[in-house]
Amino acid sequence: MAMVFIPPTMRDATNGDEKVSVHAANIGQLIRELDQVYPGMADRLCEDGRIRGEIAVAVDGEITEIGMFATVEENSEVHFLPAISGGSGT
Amino acid sequence: MATTDFRVIGTRPIRHDGTDKVTGRAKYGGDTAAADLLYAKILRSPHAHARIVSIDTSKAAAHPGVKGVITGMDLPELGPGTIEVGETPSVNAMQMSTNVMARTKVLYKGHAVAAVVATSVHIAEEALAAIEVQYEVLPHVMDVRESMKDEAPLLLDGQTTTSLGKDTGKKSNIATHTVFEIGDTSKGFAEADLVVENEFTTSPTHQGYIEPQSAMVFWNSDDEITIWTSNQGPFGVRTNTALLLNVPLSSIKVIPLEIGGGFGGKIPVYLEPVAALLSKMSGHPVKMTLTRTEVLEATGPTPGSYMKAKIGVKNDGTIVAGEAYLAFAAGAFPGSAVGAGAMCMFTPYDVENLHIDAYDVLVNKPKVSAYRAPGAPQAAYAVESVIDEICGKLGMDRIEFRMKNAAKQGTRQVTGVPLGSVGNVEMLEAVKNSDHYNAPLGGPNRGRGVASGFWFNAGMQSSATLQVNPDGTVAQVTGSVDIGGTRVATAMQAAEVLGLEAHDVKPVVADTNSIGYTAVTGGSRTAFATGWATYEAANDIVKQMKERAAKLWETDASDVEFDEGTFTRASNSEQEFTFKGLAARLMETGGPVVGKATVTPPGVGAGFGHHIVDVEVDPETGKVDVVRYTAFQDVGKAIHPSYVEGQIQGGAVQGIGWALNEEYYYNDSGVMANSSFLDYRMPTSLDLPMIDTVLIEVPNPGHPYGARGVGEVPLVPGLAALGNAVTNAIGTRMNQLPMKPGKILSALGEIDN
Repeated sequence: MAMVFIPPTMRDATNGDEKVSVHAANIGQLIRELDQVYPGMADRLCEDGRIRGEIAVAVDGEITEIGMFATVEENSEVHFLPAISGGSGT
Repeated sequence: MATTDFRVIGTRPIRHDGTDKVTGRAKYGGDTAAADLLYAKILRSPHAHARIVSIDTSKAAAHPGVKGVITGMDLPELGPGTIEVGETPSVNAMQMSTNVMARTKVLYKGHAVAAVVATSVHIAEEALAAIEVQYEVLPHVMDVRESMKDEAPLLLDGQTTTSLGKDTGKKSNIATHTVFEIGDTSKGFAEADLVVENEFTTSPTHQGYIEPQSAMVFWNSDDEITIWTSNQGPFGVRTNTALLLNVPLSSIKVIPLEIGGGFGGKIPVYLEPVAALLSKMSGHPVKMTLTRTEVLEATGPTPGSYMKAKIGVKNDGTIVAGEAYLAFAAGAFPGSAVGAGAMCMFTPYDVENLHIDAYDVLVNKPKVSAYRAPGAPQAAYAVESVIDEICGKLGMDRIEFRMKNAAKQGTRQVTGVPLGSVGNVEMLEAVKNSDHYNAPLGGPNRGRGVASGFWFNAGMQSSATLQVNPDGTVAQVTGSVDIGGTRVATAMQAAEVLGLEAHDVKPVVADTNSIGYTAVTGGSRTAFATGWATYEAANDIVKQMKERAAKLWETDASDVEFDEGTFTRASNSEQEFTFKGLAARLMETGGPVVGKATVTPPGVGAGFGHHIVDVEVDPETGKVDVVRYTAFQDVGKAIHPSYVEGQIQGGAVQGIGWALNEEYYYNDSGVMANSSFLDYRMPTSLDLPMIDTVLIEVPNPGHPYGARGVGEVPLVPGLAALGNAVTNAIGTRMNQLPMKPGKILSALGEIDN
């Protein structure tokens, strides 16, 4: 199972859990699974069916550019972290 | 992955665009011209914070030679919240539009409120003076800590504090609060033998690109819009202009021009939507070029900051815990790089217990923009200063300390994400063994400072096409604006594949209708990612040309091998074609060969830098002279070492300016008092020694030739290295930037500051 690391400011939605094991083949499935265990997580992570602009996803140490469709392996590590900003957006 | 025996990679050919640039023939934003061209100027707010009561443009519109006037009300209303625009991350379109031109409130001195298009710049300026704006001046807030208080005047009515998708609902100038944490800092600090904590401030500084923003736009009668601009990202200009004007993306073509520096500051759009509306209104092409004062007052500098850093160590120098508090002043709209700063500041070190609170805060200053490794230089200044203090208290060699705690592959960052293959340890070993580090200071009133820095680097998306010419050269088309020598760096990667010389590949930077989507030249990504695209496109050519050779030899393509520019028949080694020889026979074997690639490459190699600087402080005047400077960097395989060295030297110099002199100096009315290059003091060649560079080439396994991004890391360590050097020279910790003479005399007790 993939290991999902929950960032500190989202742990209110996971009852304080810092790591969660999830069965998923990609990030989209992983978020749906997370939302089953911790209702509301999908809304925290996604907007209009996509990863929120202010959030980045790292799979096995690599920030993914393809969001929900990024492949997750059986022993992957998944991190949600702030997207790097300061040069885009407004 | 091969790391040696390259023919082209690692050599130093002259850049393709070099001659035009040094002879003044290259076409920059200001060089554009068109028949029936009109010129536009912007009226800007004289106040830091005010409500717009009314704007009367009638006299300006009637001014002879004026062809149109617009205000913010002429820009489309876009609704609240963020919008997904397909090619780029979601953005708050209404905030972006309001930064381009204010509607109901001005949020900083220099905020655009109206624009005029006329037959000359001078007439446009005269007409600006005829626009009558009534303001209701509001209290302003300039200091980040003041702005965080509940009683501070609010800049944006609907602004509340969010944190990774969670909205507190509380109205505040604090746009975001992000927490980063690994381990248990309470436990870590309890184990520490020594804990050092200090606070730091930095001022906003500008990228100081030599060319001001400039754009020409023509909105034709078929509602097709052409934009000529010197922005870092033509596709971003297309996306954002379409968004702000509420027109189809496909109606806009952006033609990139040469760019006189950007450093992250030329990613946003400021002029293009305004010039487009004025072109539509007048029926003419419209050109806009900012003055230097406009550049300083109304485009994005880097955020000023208030920071605290606390580090606990064992007596043997092992770091057991670290904490930081970062408050970055985003300017009038959210979006400082405080998160990036937080994610970089402790990364040179392997620390189990870390906690960082990061705040993005609105103030009545221009909205900040990226500036080389946005957020990281300020944050590194805090951590590296505390580490310098710790080393002094422990009596420990500063490089030994860093080597003892050095991050390496697998070390978890404050986000929990482990580092990939990096060259931090190899770099520190080079520092320790360097002549500079082991040389005596050589005089009184001198001090030496060292500091490390880190930046992620980026990949994103790039496209390339390569066309084989009959003479055996190759035309290369990419969408990456060339800021730092990336035409040649990407062409070299294609040439390496094809067995050609760098100058056999002819690079062109194309408009947005002539190449696939390519992300901004920024994030230290271009030589890495667009280079990867040219590598893939070159391999596509090799594949196609093997098929052509096979046709001529009446065999299968699998019977054709290619090595160092020669196609050979495997089953008969006497049959061969040089690349150029086969290129001459393409027409008889099926026509032109075009290779293409689009990439979103993984394997981005993060980078570390370490700087050593010696300074001499004049105790009578407080002036700091930089006596010697050496910059070490983990660059992966240097594709073109000269341009890697140039990037490092440029970054180091910008760090010197930021540390010693540069600042936005505001008066009590919230007006920048030094908005010219005469008063905004950037270093010149007369202020600087030679910046020596040492390239640490630990190849990035994620790139075909081992390249890492190199453009941003060199700005990260400099602030702290200078701060530590001055501190060691005068014996007092310098925790405010810039360290201008008055600050130093104050630290020396010579004057009250």
